[in-house]
Amino acid sequence: MREIDSKQITDVVARLCVDANRHLAPDVRECIEGCRACEPWPIAQNILDRIIENYNIADETEMAICQDTGLACVFLEIGQDVHVNGSIEDAVNEGVRRGYTDGFLRKSCVEEPLGARKNTLDNTPGMIYYDLVPGDQIKITVAPKGFGSENMSQIKMLKVSEGAEGVKNFVLKAVEEAGPNPCPPIIVGVGIGGTFDKAALIAKKALLRHTGEHNPVPYYADMEKELLEKINALGIGPQGFGGKTTALAVHIETMPTHIAGLPVAVNINCHVARHKTEVL
Amino acid sequence: MEPIRITTPLTPEVARTLKSGDSVLISGVIYTGRDAAHKRLCQLLEEGKPLPIDVKNQIIYFVGPSPAKPGMAIGSAGPTTAYRMDAYSPALIEQGLTGMIGKGKRGPAVIDAMKKCGCVYFGAIGGAGALLSKCIKKAEVVAYEDLQSEAIRRLEVEDLPVTVIIDAEGRNLYEWGRADYLKTQE
Repeated sequence: MREIDSKQITDVVARLCVDANRHLAPDVRECIEGCRACEPWPIAQNILDRIIENYNIADETEMAICQDTGLACVFLEIGQDVHVNGSIEDAVNEGVRRGYTDGFLRKSCVEEPLGARKNTLDNTPGMIYYDLVPGDQIKITVAPKGFGSENMSQIKMLKVSEGAEGVKNFVLKAVEEAGPNPCPPIIVGVGIGGTFDKAALIAKKALLRHTGEHNPVPYYADMEKELLEKINALGIGPQGFGGKTTALAVHIETMPTHIAGLPVAVNINCHVARHKTEVL
Repeated sequence: MEPIRITTPLTPEVARTLKSGDSVLISGVIYTGRDAAHKRLCQLLEEGKPLPIDVKNQIIYFVGPSPAKPGMAIGSAGPTTAYRMDAYSPALIEQGLTGMIGKGKRGPAVIDAMKKCGCVYFGAIGGAGALLSKCIKKAEVVAYEDLQSEAIRRLEVEDLPVTVIIDAEGRNLYEWGRADYLKTQE
């Protein structure tokens, strides 16, 4: 049994909150720059240039890439052979508190969804996701999630008979209805299967994948390619002003489901697709 | 196409000369406001009370900036999604508001009020808050400090780059921009 001090978790979470919000990950940059090179529409080219300029400014000035520094989504993969000294939840929230305060990040969390909607003033609590895995390490990923894109996400319990066509139509409908609202170009996370809640969970986890990397199963990899092509034929374009680059990538995750069910969830991320990881 | 330079205050007459698709650089004073501040402003209007800012011939930027680092005027400051202000914007346009800066779709009641009163909906690039912050030279909270990032701020801006999405005739870049692009793909 390996011992890990909860303070180490706090340090990592604090560091990742700041790093993720200021420095866009290389995989997202490569994808945006690749799409810029293939974008035929002048106004769309101009917007993609500005988006690239923006994340370079954020790099140089150590400033948040986007003012919506999101709810702090923290994904923990905890090795079964690890014992943590102290409360993991408290350690994560202390990391969020420190990262968002010391890093000049916006505090966007309200105490309760209705009523006074009072700001918690330190962006806690983090949205924490726990997975138990083999081994004696803890993998921590911080993925701040803005709500311009989160608000455009959708879930539906399809009939089994609707099949793959039903899934594809639902994804395309979600992107079409979102239009310019989620700050395109977007990344589309799709969760198929599981239960109502698990479909949404794997759609969110799909957004953590290295941008543009395909599902290892050829059938779903082909579906990702087909959906990306169809989304980028919609013409919405960067910021919705028209153009090819509506989406940077489509990531599909699946899991087993019930004989009577076909849940599908679409979690949309904006072009400021933040995710940073460290292993303890 | 060369951008059009405007300086606030923005009169309805000048607002009506701006056309959907125009690139515009805004200089002068503008005000920030988003969900919570809009809600309070409209409550005051309903109660017949005066607003903490005079919106006549003014521009409201839908933004909740991130905190300023020492020595900076403001933190990252890009637009938030505008449809959440749709319930409130018509009342402010009736009070003389001539410009809104945001991103994303607007509803028919907002567009009707814009056409009636001479108001323009500008788009700033969503997710480009670091770039946009460079155009903001000064920021001070003028109302609702308790709302933190959602407080109303008075901003002094220089050449803030925006695009006219919906003009005072109701022409909408989200509709025709996409259609024009798709025509080239046929």
